[in-house]
Amino acid sequence: MNLPYLSLIVFLPVAGSILIALLGGGRERLVRYLAAIFTFVPLVASLGVFYRFDRSAGVTGLIQFEEKVAWINPLNAFYHLGVDGLSLPLVVLTTFLGFMVVLISWKEHLRVREFFAWLLLLETSILGVFSSLDLLLFFIFWEIEIIPMYFLISIWGAGRKEYSAIKYVIYTLSGSALMLAGIISLFLTTGSLSMVDLAQSRLAPVVTIIPQAVIFFLLLTGFAVKLPVVPLHTWLPDAHTDAPTAGSVMLAGALIKMGGYGMIRVTVSIFPQVARDYAPLLVTLAAISVLYGAAITLRQTDLKRLIAYSSVSHMGFVLLGIFALSQVSLTGAALQMVSHGLITGLLFAMAGLTMHNTGERDLRKLGGLARQIPIIAVVFSIAGLGGLGLPTTSGFAAEFLVFVGSFSSTMVNGIQLYTVLAVLGVVLAAGYILWMLQRTFYGPVLEQHNGTKDADIRERVYMFAFVALIMLVGIYPAILTDIIKLGISPIIRLLGV
Amino acid sequence: MPYQLIWLIFLLPVFSFLIISFLVRPFVKPESKVAGYLTIAAIIGSLVLSLRTLTAVLAASNHEIAVPNISWVVIGDLNISLGLMVDSLTAVMLVVVSTVSLMVQIYSQGYMKGDPGYHRYYAWMSLFTASMLGLVLADNLLQVFAFWELVGLCSYLLIGFWFHRPSAANAAKKAFIVTRLGDFGFLAAILLLFKHTGTFDIAQLHSLAVAGTLAGTTLTWSAIGIFSGAAGKSAQFPLHVWLPDAMEGPTPVSALIHAATMVAAGVFLVARTFPLFEHSAQALTTVAFIGAFTAIFAASMGLVMTDIKRVVAYSTISQLGYMMLGLATGGVAIGIFHLFNHAFFKALLFLGAGSVNHATGTFDMRLMGGLRKIMPWTSTTFLIAALSLAGIWPLSGFWSKDEILAAAYDKQPVLFYLAMITVAMTAFYIFRVFFLTFGGEYRGGSPEAHGHPHESPTVMVAPMVVLAVLAIFSGFWNVSGAFGAFMGHAETQGFVQGLFGIFIHSPLPLIALMVAILGIFLAYATYSAKWLSAEQIGRIFRPLYTLFYRKYWFDELYENIIVKIALLKGIFAGLQQIDTYGVDGIVNGLASTAIGGGRAIRRSQTGQLQLYGLFIGIGILAIILVIYVFG
Repeated sequence: MNLPYLSLIVFLPVAGSILIALLGGGRERLVRYLAAIFTFVPLVASLGVFYRFDRSAGVTGLIQFEEKVAWINPLNAFYHLGVDGLSLPLVVLTTFLGFMVVLISWKEHLRVREFFAWLLLLETSILGVFSSLDLLLFFIFWEIEIIPMYFLISIWGAGRKEYSAIKYVIYTLSGSALMLAGIISLFLTTGSLSMVDLAQSRLAPVVTIIPQAVIFFLLLTGFAVKLPVVPLHTWLPDAHTDAPTAGSVMLAGALIKMGGYGMIRVTVSIFPQVARDYAPLLVTLAAISVLYGAAITLRQTDLKRLIAYSSVSHMGFVLLGIFALSQVSLTGAALQMVSHGLITGLLFAMAGLTMHNTGERDLRKLGGLARQIPIIAVVFSIAGLGGLGLPTTSGFAAEFLVFVGSFSSTMVNGIQLYTVLAVLGVVLAAGYILWMLQRTFYGPVLEQHNGTKDADIRERVYMFAFVALIMLVGIYPAILTDIIKLGISPIIRLLGV
Repeated sequence: MPYQLIWLIFLLPVFSFLIISFLVRPFVKPESKVAGYLTIAAIIGSLVLSLRTLTAVLAASNHEIAVPNISWVVIGDLNISLGLMVDSLTAVMLVVVSTVSLMVQIYSQGYMKGDPGYHRYYAWMSLFTASMLGLVLADNLLQVFAFWELVGLCSYLLIGFWFHRPSAANAAKKAFIVTRLGDFGFLAAILLLFKHTGTFDIAQLHSLAVAGTLAGTTLTWSAIGIFSGAAGKSAQFPLHVWLPDAMEGPTPVSALIHAATMVAAGVFLVARTFPLFEHSAQALTTVAFIGAFTAIFAASMGLVMTDIKRVVAYSTISQLGYMMLGLATGGVAIGIFHLFNHAFFKALLFLGAGSVNHATGTFDMRLMGGLRKIMPWTSTTFLIAALSLAGIWPLSGFWSKDEILAAAYDKQPVLFYLAMITVAMTAFYIFRVFFLTFGGEYRGGSPEAHGHPHESPTVMVAPMVVLAVLAIFSGFWNVSGAFGAFMGHAETQGFVQGLFGIFIHSPLPLIALMVAILGIFLAYATYSAKWLSAEQIGRIFRPLYTLFYRKYWFDELYENIIVKIALLKGIFAGLQQIDTYGVDGIVNGLASTAIGGGRAIRRSQTGQLQLYGLFIGIGILAIILVIYVFG
């Protein structure tokens, strides 16, 4: 029973990607089914891992399903995979979204082979980031992701797609360059690339040539670009807006979570003291991200751009939860990442479907669609309600945990003010979400949209899967928090509470 | 009774919601009435169980039934569980909610007949009833908040039920956002309470407040935060603006959600957390003054509206203000007693308005008149409800209103006078409605336009008759102080002695009754006997009339000045400019600098070896210098 589950999960999509790339042209049906199989199997496998994950309190913080093979000896680098309570939910989220985007892209007709090949490579790279425990391996997966995303946006995108794609690449690469400098500095000062060892050593005995705070910020900047944190966010609306639906779903659903994950796994775990010192600055940025993001969201008139900016606001909650540095707030932040992945994934999927079926994305020209496409309207509304944090959706559970954890955190002075400001973001969220739903679905029926197709069976299947998960996590969040808290507890111990 | 049965009170309508959503709507033809029957059956079940709960709570020694909790989320010190709080307040609310809901669901069978959204309507009504029952049963603040938001969602969905009408869609959005603004304070209060006490449990918070552990500014701010949530839901000034617009929803929805139950949830919340208010004088004063002000403020707008539903809506806001005043000056028993009575007569007023609309096709009272002869049942039941609302002895409204006046008189004369003036205004505006609608001659254009006005079918009249009976008798529960005793107020007298004796031990009830009769008389003089001309009065008080009619310009202030100009066109647009030209401008600027820089540097790539040699020489020299200086 010692199958390398994680390696299978991580590399099956790329195996599918290679297989698809090697196929002859014109076999679109086969390509789609192959893509579905090579994403469905990792989903099942990751659910198996989720099911078999040991939840007993004694194993708190222990890495499970670990695989460690010597890789580059002079660098002390290992091929080291493993999951704990923090990464496992994100792995499951990514495999879920990976399979969903194949279903979502079923009607893609442009260069189908390439499209799915890139999509599957993208999934592998994200999964790799969430399951690597070696910084070099982590970084390589982190960098690979840029390539498929670039092509997905620039070939299958819309609008100013070349601009957005190159902007995405330059932004991400700039962040990664700083991150790489951080990793190298870390390696030079400690001689280790193991994320587990570095976190446990607390860096205390190490004589650092470069101040810890500098390394901390080098790494943090890379993650902050990805999350994103205002003012490093302007790639996001362009990339999300111009990407094809599947790209937007992956970007918003899984990719930007790499930023939040990296912050917890690398910056907070390895530099707990620095994180404490700079927490006031970062929670300030979090409150700014929430309010600034929400304010600009309220001004958007493009369906996808609106959802994209709302992500900036919602990721602010993640940043707040992380740097409030309490167990509840960090658990909430991790839950918020999963929840946002599901909710915004569904929002983008629904926006894509609405745009595809009506041929319109300008909110000022939409309206009355609830009569013409009732099923999409219902599911879009449920996703929207998740986005505004309605109880019984995962959005409420996650945001509430972030709020309650942050507000009662004892690690950061004056955190209450920032938390209350962030809560105000939820009021604004109600404004932009309800406005979006009203402009799309309510009001008089417009004749030009008569005959618009509603969701077909395949689309209903993935909609239902999303909605079921959003409600499941919303009604019974313990299904995830019981696992997440196992990954958070050791970090709290490192913080010295 | 087994506690599982209490869970069932809430779960039955959940089941009917799920069955209608997943089985009935997709698979049953739209004309079928099965959705309505399912909802009604579920709510009959809830009502029976609610009544059993009430008798069980009445019988229990401390008027409480203990129910085990279910663990929800446990993270470190945070331990959230789901549970039920079953005490006298819960039991009364359960009966109110399930009774009114049942009556409204039956009535809707007639009112919503043939509407293309019939299944959807009953699905949401089931969901609403479930959420409302869950709200009154919740034993911790987080659970209250969750159901609080869910009833808000149902209200949103049902106000916007006819979503193809832009006015309905706007009203729905407005209702949700305004109440959410209040909920912001509620959520902040929950966070504050948790930080200081480590619990969400209402009973524990009660004992901490009573013990004095929870005190000072924390307590005051928490109470005020909770009240801000309550003010949003109960449409108290300055968050009252959403409720009149909410009349865009179907009338039975207005009766259930926007008269009897959800809007009263704010009053319920204050009652539920009353020990927190009780120990903070500032919080109590805030509640009392906002309540009293809202009562007279809303009543003033009710005087001049021409839409029958809007008058009743302003009346609701005004009466909710009374309840808040009663809570703050007299305690839980007095505030909740008015909630209890009000639920029946106000739901009845709305159902009456709906019945009139069913007959005439309009809500505009200028197009009504003379309906008393055509609609005897509707007009009689409406009259009973109006008398009850006006506070005429011995109908239910008289008893609870009198208690509030007496409590206000003891606390603060200003509040008392505000409330007393409101009594006259209330009696006037509701009888203005009565005379305009049912008195005189029919003014509704050509009858062919919407057929001849007719009495509503039995399925609509029967619930109105039931509610009329309740509007007469529900007040008797406290004639001898039994209700007060049940709620923990010890003050008992004999029944008959109370029924007549109320006029003996204090002149106040008689004065209030006289004031109410004066209001009715003025309405009669103006709108029925026409001794006074409404137009002339309107002309004399032109500025006042305009002020009331334009609703003190609050909609303009909020929607145009604050939201559209200050926020959307001001701050948010400014931020967007900063985002586009500032933050993103720097990024694009850096990019073009890099490109420009690249062009400049490219010029140095001349291809001349001599030049390269020169640069190499300079470079070596520089390195040697550096080593020499720093090495």
